[in-house]
Amino acid sequence: MTPPVVEVRGVRYSAGPRQIFDGLDLTVAAGSITAVMGPSGTGKTTLLRLLTGQIQAEAGTVQVLGQEVATLGRKDLFALRRRLGMLFQNGALLTDLDVFENVAFPVREHARLPEPVLRRLVLMKLEAVGLRGAESMMPQELSGGMARRVALARAIVMDPEVLIYDEPFAGLDPVSMGIIVRLIHRLNDALGITSIVVSHDVQEVGSIADYSYLLAGGRAIAQGTTAELAASRDPAVRQFMQGSSEGPVEFHYPAPDYRAALLDAGDLRDSGHR
Amino acid sequence: MIAALRRVGAVTLFLFQVLGACIPALRRPGLIVRQVYNSGARSLIIIMLCGLFVGMVLGLQGYDLLSRFGSESALGVAAALGLLKELGPVVTALLFAGRAGTSLASEIGLMRATDQLTAMQVMAVDPMRHVVAPRFLGGVIAMPLLAAIFSVIGLFGAQLVGVTVMGVDSGTFWSQMQGSVGIDDVNEGLVKSLAFGVVCTLLAVFQGYNAEPTAEGVGLATTRTVITSSVLVLIVDYMLTAAFL
Repeated sequence: MTPPVVEVRGVRYSAGPRQIFDGLDLTVAAGSITAVMGPSGTGKTTLLRLLTGQIQAEAGTVQVLGQEVATLGRKDLFALRRRLGMLFQNGALLTDLDVFENVAFPVREHARLPEPVLRRLVLMKLEAVGLRGAESMMPQELSGGMARRVALARAIVMDPEVLIYDEPFAGLDPVSMGIIVRLIHRLNDALGITSIVVSHDVQEVGSIADYSYLLAGGRAIAQGTTAELAASRDPAVRQFMQGSSEGPVEFHYPAPDYRAALLDAGDLRDSGHR
Repeated sequence: MIAALRRVGAVTLFLFQVLGACIPALRRPGLIVRQVYNSGARSLIIIMLCGLFVGMVLGLQGYDLLSRFGSESALGVAAALGLLKELGPVVTALLFAGRAGTSLASEIGLMRATDQLTAMQVMAVDPMRHVVAPRFLGGVIAMPLLAAIFSVIGLFGAQLVGVTVMGVDSGTFWSQMQGSVGIDDVNEGLVKSLAFGVVCTLLAVFQGYNAEPTAEGVGLATTRTVITSSVLVLIVDYMLTAAFL
């Protein structure tokens, strides 16, 4: 049996006074598309930062491609990162480089390829995301969807074993969203990689995910295929999957009593508006 | 007080990190040349313009002062020493902090705010080597060049006013300067401008790199760059002047 690509066990992590994870367990099987879903603020992006070694857990273990991320030295961590690709929510393209140079950037940094070989490689990756014709454009000239596709070409240019997507559908129009969904699916199959998609777009990510985790309250409250999650009777899972405002996840952030807060705001007659 | 000490410690640690990243960055001279262009060539117009007017003012004030003692002929020496040892390096550094320093701080701060630095780290590229070190080296190389240009243009301005307008003899102006200004004076200006280059560029890249990833954070980083650079340039100037006497 192929070992899992990512194995997270009992992870605890807090940002200041706020507990983000409290005993998170998660496994990503090799070659799969695994979705990590959850409402905003449940630590989905924090999980990706743990996986890429940008931050370290206070307790528990995070293993990626068989290596314990927290114990890696700088050299080994960089070696591990070369085996990963990541698509950032806003693309994070380098604004002083054009599209071609953005995609070529990791190759220029890590491999000494002859220019004709590098050019062919970059053009192939741009063709894969449908943007070969935009090679000389600057990031400022691209639409949100195009910028994300260029970032995707950059993420796959080093042929990573794992591709991590941070909110790949956020802020996209339906057409761009559909393109990105198809690209994730196609790249996963064509390149034989493992994909981890962090998103709260249930429909889109659910349509391509082999397995999904639902995060809430610092841990995975549900896991399974999209169909299994959709059939769950857990109120929190149902609320998220159906996008309902009624349920355990409250609309209002915890606050003192509303009536008392209004009364404590002061006498209207003192404000000069009579 | 503790916060200020912590800040000094953070800048010192950052300096060591930058110096460590400078050696690998030297293998990519193209990146450094681009930054010399960004920090240096793009500051050229303002440096030349200010140099001209500072030199002209020096010519007027110098003539007024020296003529009270009947020593107008020493105007060339006074202008040269004033520009090479003081005004050239100091005014260039202050202008550099306002033009190139703010540009560096806001550029790196925005790269932080838009996840470009994080993206580099995730691509196993060290932003200290790729972003910070080339900009630091570019600034340190550009500053003495800009100070030299400032001084040369300033001398032209002083000559323009002193010789052409006020009537000081041209031969006396240049020959006295040639006779009295030594290589030590030039070196003092060079050392000062190098030191100011380190101070201004280090503070700019430090503020940018550690900026809060928000619009307010980037704005604060640029403001801090100008203020701290300007104050430190004047403090370091006093210390170096005292050391050279």
